[in-house]
Amino acid sequence: MEGPLLCIRGLAIHASAQAGMTEVLRGIDLDLRRGSILGLVGESGSGKSTLGLAAMGYTRDGLHISSGSILFDGVDLVRMSEPERRSIRGVRIAYVAQSAAASFNPARRLFDQSIEVAVEGGHSRRREAVRQLIELYSRLHLPNASALGMRYPHHVSGGQLQRAMTAMAMVARPDLIVFDEPTTALDVTTQIEVLSAIRNVVEASHAAAIFISHDLALVAQMADRIMVLRRGRVVEEADTRQMLRAPREDYTRSIWAANGFRAAPKPAAEPGAVPLLRVTGVSAWYGRAQVLRDATIEVHAGRTLAVVGESGSGKSTLANVIAGLLSPGAGTLEFAGSRLAAGFRRRTREQLCRIQLVAQSSDSALNPRQRVRDSIGRPLAFYHGLKGAARERRMRQLLAELELDPDQYAGRFPGELSGGQKQRVCIARALAAEPALVICDEVTSGLDQIVAQDTLKLLDRLQRERDLAYVFITHDLAIVRAIADDVVVMQGGSIVRKGSRDEVFAPPFDPYTALLLSSVPEMDPDWLDRVLERRRGAH
Amino acid sequence: MSRPFVLLKSAPLSARFGLIVVAGYGVVAVLAPVLAPYGETQIVGLEFADWSAQHWLGTDDLGRDVLSRLLYGARNTIGIAMLTTVIASVVGGVAGLVAGSMRGWVDQVLARVVDVLMAVPSLILTLLMLAIFGTSIFSMIMIIALIESTRIFRLARALALGIGLFDYVTTARLRGEGLLWIIFREILPNASAPLIAEFGLRFSFVFLFIATLSFLGLGIQPPTADWGSMVRDNATLLSYGQMAPLLPAGAIALLTVAVNFIVDWLVHHSSGLQE
Repeated sequence: MEGPLLCIRGLAIHASAQAGMTEVLRGIDLDLRRGSILGLVGESGSGKSTLGLAAMGYTRDGLHISSGSILFDGVDLVRMSEPERRSIRGVRIAYVAQSAAASFNPARRLFDQSIEVAVEGGHSRRREAVRQLIELYSRLHLPNASALGMRYPHHVSGGQLQRAMTAMAMVARPDLIVFDEPTTALDVTTQIEVLSAIRNVVEASHAAAIFISHDLALVAQMADRIMVLRRGRVVEEADTRQMLRAPREDYTRSIWAANGFRAAPKPAAEPGAVPLLRVTGVSAWYGRAQVLRDATIEVHAGRTLAVVGESGSGKSTLANVIAGLLSPGAGTLEFAGSRLAAGFRRRTREQLCRIQLVAQSSDSALNPRQRVRDSIGRPLAFYHGLKGAARERRMRQLLAELELDPDQYAGRFPGELSGGQKQRVCIARALAAEPALVICDEVTSGLDQIVAQDTLKLLDRLQRERDLAYVFITHDLAIVRAIADDVVVMQGGSIVRKGSRDEVFAPPFDPYTALLLSSVPEMDPDWLDRVLERRRGAH
Repeated sequence: MSRPFVLLKSAPLSARFGLIVVAGYGVVAVLAPVLAPYGETQIVGLEFADWSAQHWLGTDDLGRDVLSRLLYGARNTIGIAMLTTVIASVVGGVAGLVAGSMRGWVDQVLARVVDVLMAVPSLILTLLMLAIFGTSIFSMIMIIALIESTRIFRLARALALGIGLFDYVTTARLRGEGLLWIIFREILPNASAPLIAEFGLRFSFVFLFIATLSFLGLGIQPPTADWGSMVRDNATLLSYGQMAPLLPAGAIALLTVAVNFIVDWLVHHSSGLQE
């Protein structure tokens, strides 16, 4: 029996900051054989991406390998010179990044950049590399494989681009491929295709792979073994089935349980009650393209309406229409019984104050040059005229309500906060206005599972305390199940299904809802095979 | 206020050199009357006297002390360049930020006016306007400030357009904030680094431009000492193997290089590139 392809022993990686050395990884041992896939699981900051990159002998700026060895095919990557390492990367070890859209050069055709490493490294001739790339494209079920490479990255969809990136990684026939969250940016329905494509190609090429994800259900589909990381250390490592059946460590069990949150059901809105927000027959266009068709929804005080759909379904457009960022071409809006102007500039200050938006990306939602104190303090001063000590007191109270220690966080800049903390500050800023309706646009999509669950619990508690109404824009059905009272399913700009949570999740399903529901990964290693088999049978 | 100090400590050698040179020029400009051995326009000896103990750098075509005029020249040239750059930055910066954050017809009108101004070569435009308004220092400052402000307008507008897309600006707009808050609290703090770098760069261009105009006889008028006209007045000396006219030229070159070292550093620092 041949030895492992990759053998890491006692690996430690440190970050050298001004404040001194911080440990990013410590005491990592890892073995990986050809033909097998190792799953790396952990929350953000656990070091899983750092470990994935270290398997290529690479560290990000500011990090360095302080001890240990990384034997790749018997050679130690740590002791190798940089030019030697470079000759291995991309050719014998390849990397597939989280965002293919950001990793491709937008100014060059897919072919040119995909075969660059193989051709420049002198490993294959141009014609040979192109032929192989086309073959990979068709194995990855990319449409029109022979012509696809002539396109530019912005000409193809996100799911196709992610597969094209996998093809780029495979073109030099690497022995080891590192997949870093390869499907996180994709819709659930696209995700399935990409996952099965990756698995088939890795199997066929007899390579080894490392699959990094924060989503345990995904890793369960892909990996033979799973390694759970936390704060730079291995918590647990075991065979996939064994780990799913009987996790040994408490922390592992807590990740397993992270999907379990369900908000307690609320009593239905009284019949005949005036809804807080009523959107009637709204259609909207971007230029000539219609992005929203005849949408009608109602949101009642104290309840959560989840708007669910894939990218391009019009769910964010609906949020923008409600917020007043996009003026609809047809239809009317009503808020608390009175008419709501289409554009936010023509709304009253009272209306602006009562409808707050929490944006998807907490990175860009906070001004990097404003301290937390000022970000939350501004709406307090602006809407409620609070000044000085009164403003400070209310600001601290809000931070405390969002489970952030005011002493520690009030003086920080956004750059000094984690993703989950930033999102909390955004929520605190929205609550500072004392709104009646909060539009949450994919608020948890940038957060890892445990933090996302905490945020959902927090939102649920705040809703009950303040009788808030939420419009929850999301692509994630697990979130809908967890927090929604009423659900609207959107596809291609139209509402295809709506009702209470129980109604929407109960058969009979329309075809689109059925597709969405069946695409949500389950914590069962055979789930992907079953879904693929069922879909193949259906065709 | 420890941040600027920390920033300074991490400055690379080139930037430190630039800062020292600029600081030196500043001291000379302020203290010129104290440092200069003779008056700015005082005739102290024969024309084109050689370097000596009385006149370290000799005398010029009218018998004035070259060292004294060099020191006074720093005051005039740098002072006027600084004033011009400040005016250009304020006018161009504010107009650009307003255009970029309001968009719509305000942006269209401002941007098209700037396009027209930028379409004419700046030296020709300046000569034309100086011919109309006369060659006073005031009109020179205003004309150069107007021309340079178009460049700053372009940058400020692009920055405001880019930053305006961030969710925190959208959030502020949705809150109902006025234009002043959006520009000065949300956009400007995040655009300040590239704008400061642009300020330094514009300063060198203005400086060179004034020297060019002075060399052509259209800038700072005699008998006021300035480096551009000092080069022109003493240029004949070059044919006799004298290097006196090169000294003001060298002073211009050194300051330009020093300012650009600082600008480079600020640009690197603000964009997070490796030095």
